[in-house]
Amino acid sequence: MDRTTSRLTGWGCTAPSVATLVDASAQELTAPGALDRLAGSRGVIARGLGRSYGDPAQNGGGTVVRLAPSDEPIRLDVTSRSVTVDASVSLDGLLREIIPQGWFVPVTPGTRFVTIGGAIASDIHGKGHHVDGSFGRHVTEMSMLLADGEVRTVTPSSDPDLWWATIGGMGLTGIILRATFGLIAIETQHMLSDIERVPNLDVLLERMESGDQGYRYSVAWVDLVATGAHLGRSVLSRGNHATLDDLREFRPRAVGDPLAFDPPSIPDVPRNIPNMVIPFTVRPFNELWYRKAPKQHHGTETLTAFFHPLDMVGQWNRLYGRNGFLQYQFVVPFEAVDTLRTIVRKISDEGHASPLTVLKRMGAESGGLLSFPTPGWTLTVDLAAGDRGLPKLVRDLDELVLAAGGRHYLAKDSHTTAAVIRAGYPRLDEWKSIRARFDPDRRWVSDQARRLDLL
Amino acid sequence: MKNAINQPQTILLLGGGSDIGQAIVHQLASPALRAVILAGRTTPLEMTTQLPGSVEVVSVPFDAVDHAGHDALVRSLVEQHGDLDIVIQAFGQLGDAVGDDPVAAADLAEVNYVGAVSSGLAVANQLRRQGHGTLVVLTSVAGVRTRPSNFVYGSTKAAQDAFATGLGHSLQGSGANVLVVRPGYVRTKMSAGVDEAPFACDADDVAAAVVTGLKRGRSVVWAPPVLQGVFGVLRYVPGPVWRKLDR
Repeated sequence: MDRTTSRLTGWGCTAPSVATLVDASAQELTAPGALDRLAGSRGVIARGLGRSYGDPAQNGGGTVVRLAPSDEPIRLDVTSRSVTVDASVSLDGLLREIIPQGWFVPVTPGTRFVTIGGAIASDIHGKGHHVDGSFGRHVTEMSMLLADGEVRTVTPSSDPDLWWATIGGMGLTGIILRATFGLIAIETQHMLSDIERVPNLDVLLERMESGDQGYRYSVAWVDLVATGAHLGRSVLSRGNHATLDDLREFRPRAVGDPLAFDPPSIPDVPRNIPNMVIPFTVRPFNELWYRKAPKQHHGTETLTAFFHPLDMVGQWNRLYGRNGFLQYQFVVPFEAVDTLRTIVRKISDEGHASPLTVLKRMGAESGGLLSFPTPGWTLTVDLAAGDRGLPKLVRDLDELVLAAGGRHYLAKDSHTTAAVIRAGYPRLDEWKSIRARFDPDRRWVSDQARRLDLL
Repeated sequence: MKNAINQPQTILLLGGGSDIGQAIVHQLASPALRAVILAGRTTPLEMTTQLPGSVEVVSVPFDAVDHAGHDALVRSLVEQHGDLDIVIQAFGQLGDAVGDDPVAAADLAEVNYVGAVSSGLAVANQLRRQGHGTLVVLTSVAGVRTRPSNFVYGSTKAAQDAFATGLGHSLQGSGANVLVVRPGYVRTKMSAGVDEAPFACDADDVAAAVVTGLKRGRSVVWAPPVLQGVFGVLRYVPGPVWRKLDR
C-alpha cells in the first residue's frame, strides 16, 4: 500500500481538502484488519479518476483509496455478452480492449475518463438515456468490500436493499471491487448521425420531443450566450451505431478495418493559468461552434467525435483558472418545461459565460435510491466559480428546480445544501437507513457526505 | 465543509461579541451556513444582525485565559456541530493606560497574546485533523509599529501577528490555513473611547476585506487595503518623527 498526504479536489478544482491517499490492491484492502487501520476516526472513501465535479471523492483528514488493478482487470464473456472488470478500470481502458472485438458499453458519459466504480456509484447516464437508461440498469453483479470487512458478491436479487443503495450511492455503502455488466454488439466504431443547427430553444424542444425516439443517442449543445430571438440556439446531435452497410455507403475507406479504435489526444492544458472562460472568449467560441456545425448533416463520425469530443483536450478543467468552476446539472419533469425555459433565459440574461451547456431528454429511472436520472429534461451548465453573481444565481436556480419537482445530480454537485438534496430525493431517508444498517460506525465518509448530511 | 463558491457551513467566533467578528459572520452567511458558534466570556451572546432562519446560532462560554480548557472546548464543539470551516479569533482588549501598570499589562498580554496562542493552537490542531478550514486572526496595525501611547496593546498584537503568521506557514500542506487580518482604526464599541485615526473604517469594511481574502486564498489582508502601503513607509520613519506622529 502506497500512502501520500494529498490535497484533493474534484474536476471542478474547488473546495480542496487534504487526505491520506492510499493506493491499494483489492487483496491488501480486504486483508483482515486492513480496513480498521485505514478508517481511523475520519473514515474512508474510494476515488476513481476524480471526474465528479465537487467533493464526493474527497475525505478531508481521512483516507481516500484508489484501487490498484488486479491480475485480470478485464474479463470479456462473449457468450453472455457481458464483461467483468475491476472497479478501477476506466471506460477508456475498457473501450480500447473491447471495441476492436466488436463490443461497446451500454452507457457512456461525455468522457471516457471515468472508472466503472465511479460509473456505478454515480449511476451515470449518457446520450442514450431515453433508450438505454443509466449505467446501473446494466450491471448484474458486484463484488463489494463492506464496512465490517466482509467481501460480498451482490446481485439485485441476493441483496436488493444494498444493491439499490449502492447504484447511485456515491460510494457510501462500501467499496465496489469488481462488477459485471452487459455490453452491446457493434459492427463498426462509427456512428451514423444527424447533426442539425437549431435556431432557438422552442424549436429545439419541439425537435427533440418529436424526433428523439428515432435515435438511440441524442443530445443538444445549447448556446447560452445568444439572446433575444436566438435564445437557446443549439446544435442537435443524434445517431445510432453505424452498421457495415452504413460504412460502405458513407465512409468506404473505413470498411477495411471498421473496428480500429485509436482516439486522438492533444496535450494537457497547463497548470495555473488564469481563467480563460470569460464572456470575451466564450462569445466568439460559441458563435464559432454554432457556425461550424452543419445546417443539416447526415453521415458517419467516429465514436470519439460523437461521444467524447472533450477528451481530445487533456485537463480542460484548468481553463477555468484557480477559482475553478461548477457544473450545474438538474432534471425537471417534462411537464415543467416552462421552468426549463425560465432557467435558460435567466442564465442567458445574467450574462454568465458557459461554453458547455447540454440539454437531454431522460428516460426511465434505474431504481437506485439516490440515482439522479428520472423522466424529464436535464440541463447541464458549466459556470466559473469566481463569478460575482454566482451565489445568487445558483440559489435562484435551486429554488426554481425544486419548485418544479426537479433534483440535482450528486456527481456534479458542489454547491447545494442538505435541504436541497432532501427536497429532490424523496427516498433519501430510506437510503440513509439502509446505509446505516450496512455501516453503523460510519466508515464510509466523504466531504460531500459531511457537507450534505448524507450519513 | 465549505462549498465550491466558498460558502462555509460552520463558523466559530472566538470573541463572540466582537463587532468585526460579527460583521465577518454576517457577510459569510448563505443558504449553506448551518451553525454560528459565538464563544465569549459573558453569555448568552447574540448576533446583532439578522441571519437566515436556517442558521443555528449558539452561544458558548469561552475564557481566553483558560488555556487548559481550549482544546476540550474545540473538541466538544466539533462533536456537536461537525467540522469547523471558519474560526475567527476576534477576542482581545484595548487595555488603555497600562503603560505603567505591570500587572494590568501582563493581564492584557495574557488575554491578547497568550490566549491567542492557546486557542489558536487548539483550533489549528482541529483544522489539521479535518484536512481543511481557515483560522482568521484579527491582529492590528498597532502591532506593525508600536506607538508610545499604546505600546503594550501594540506589543500584544505584534506577538499575536507573529504567532499567527508562523502558524500559517506551519500549516502549509495540511489543508488548513491562516488568514491574518491587520485592521487600522475601526469604528466599533471597543474603540469608542479612542480618537479616530486616519484611514478609519467600519467593521463592515474589514469584513469585506476578509471575505475577499478568503476567496482569493490570501494569508494576510489589511483593512482598509491602503494601510499596507502606509505602514510600508511608517515602519521606517525615524523614531523622533514616529513619536511626533503619535500625538
